[in-house]
Amino acid sequence: MSGALRTQVGQLARRSVLRTLRQPAQIVPALIFPLFLLAVNSGGLKDTTNLPGFPTDSYLTFALAVPFMQGALFSVMNAGTDLARDIETGFLNRLALTPLRGAALLSGLLAGAVVLGLVQAITYLTVGLVAGAELAAGVGGAFVIVGLSVLITVGFGSVGLFAALRTGSGEAVQSLFPVFFVFLFLSSMALPLELLQTDWFHAIASVNPVSYLLQAFRSLLIEGWNAADLALGFGIGIAVLVLGMAAASAALKTRLVRT
Amino acid sequence: MGIEVEGLVREFKNGPRAVDGIDLRVEAGEIYGFLGPNGAGKSTTVLMLTTLLLPTAGTARVAGFDIVSEGPRVRASIGAALQEAALDPLLSGREHMRLQTALHGLPKGERAERGQELLERVGLAQAADRKVGGYSGGMKRRLDLALALVHRPRILFLDEPTTGLDIQSRTALWDEVARLAAEDGVTVFLTTQYLEEADTLAARVGIIDHGHIVAEGTPAELKAEIGRPTVEAVPQDAGERERLAAVLERFGPGAGAAPGGAAARLEGGEAELAEVVRALDSEGIAIERLQLHAPSLDDVFLAKTGRSLEGAEEEVEEAEEAAGEAVGSA
Repeated sequence: MSGALRTQVGQLARRSVLRTLRQPAQIVPALIFPLFLLAVNSGGLKDTTNLPGFPTDSYLTFALAVPFMQGALFSVMNAGTDLARDIETGFLNRLALTPLRGAALLSGLLAGAVVLGLVQAITYLTVGLVAGAELAAGVGGAFVIVGLSVLITVGFGSVGLFAALRTGSGEAVQSLFPVFFVFLFLSSMALPLELLQTDWFHAIASVNPVSYLLQAFRSLLIEGWNAADLALGFGIGIAVLVLGMAAASAALKTRLVRT
Repeated sequence: MGIEVEGLVREFKNGPRAVDGIDLRVEAGEIYGFLGPNGAGKSTTVLMLTTLLLPTAGTARVAGFDIVSEGPRVRASIGAALQEAALDPLLSGREHMRLQTALHGLPKGERAERGQELLERVGLAQAADRKVGGYSGGMKRRLDLALALVHRPRILFLDEPTTGLDIQSRTALWDEVARLAAEDGVTVFLTTQYLEEADTLAARVGIIDHGHIVAEGTPAELKAEIGRPTVEAVPQDAGERERLAAVLERFGPGAGAAPGGAAARLEGGEAELAEVVRALDSEGIAIERLQLHAPSLDDVFLAKTGRSLEGAEEEVEEAEEAAGEAVGSA
């Protein structure tokens, strides 16, 4: 990376992090809402663990994977809304008048998502463990969970950037939130794939990548180290990031029409 | 090298030609005022000249560089404060400076010093560490100007820099722009819808309407070309206003006047003033106040387009409302 590009990425990352830290309205819901749902679900569905074939006797441990996904969905909204606001206010034009490179803009903008992802992952994991969840993979597994969570947060954040660049509208970005939540609900969020009895639901959840991201977290929480589950989870996370960044880069070229 | 524009056109999809073949030339170190109502094509022109919008046709060179084929070199030579003060409300003035100086590639050791120098120059040193969200409109505009100057541009584009500002903030900004041109030799391309702003600041003025430049020259030249002063009178008896207006209109078309008064543009120039007084006297109309106004840039706009600048803005707003309703009902 050249010195100029490093400076650009660094400065935009600094701005992105400052913006994130100065907007409690971005951080607090992303922390509180998933933990609230975790409390409700682990309390209300704990008898589910009696089903034959349920992988653990602690529904809290099983459900702890879900906040990491919900937190990633918040990153779509936060990263996308921030960029859409830059477009709406003309701040992107200000940046376009500098020798800024597109790669620096996208990378810098995602720095805020990295920080938010870290804060979220550490909080969810700490609260979950304090509340009695198990972590079969031990301390090393905790680091991997945080790493996977940050990867997914950044990956989904890049989708938010794409949406912002494509539409230029914060409202349009926010309208994606329910759509992504539908993806979450049509996954193995509440039950393991093999216990989903309804055919159509099982079929959708089986092809929904979110199910496999959840399974990667669950493997570390419930089983210990499962290379296949982790490879699939990290693979999907990397694929989302690569596809999201490629789409965002293409949209940036259209949005940033400077000669 | 200043700005050279030939036959510049910008046509939007399913829309009118926002800019319809304009030619202009701005000399280095000159302040050029680009005057016109909302929707006339001023901002579209600025976006093309700053390389942020591709022209549909025509050519333009800014600081000697072609705006289409040499975009990066154009951007390195210019600074721009576009129509809205594009600032991040969550960052402080100093943080904006830090970001802008770094993105423009100033050496690390110079960034803080250059930022402080510009913050002081625009009178924001005291507020430098406050978040911009708490700045007034005038402070935001001054910060916007300072940010446009971080890399010492040779040409500065200011798109309606004083719109919405109070008189004090407006005057402060005018002083700074005038100083930039006079002391630093910066070429300034200034769009405005304020006649006074163009008259006060600009060495030359181009008047644009519906995408066409309808007049160009120094403010004095343009006014002299029109050459018709306005006579305005207020009768002692308010009931005589209609008769007063009828008398004045014998000398030229009516013009805007203060409440209770009437005005007309004198077709025969100042020399007709004595005739006006005699006519009023012979009609027995007692006058409380009589004034002769020199031609203004609004008179120039009226002469060239058949509308006054203020009337043109209302017309544009009405057209925009009608367009909005049409879209809404579609």
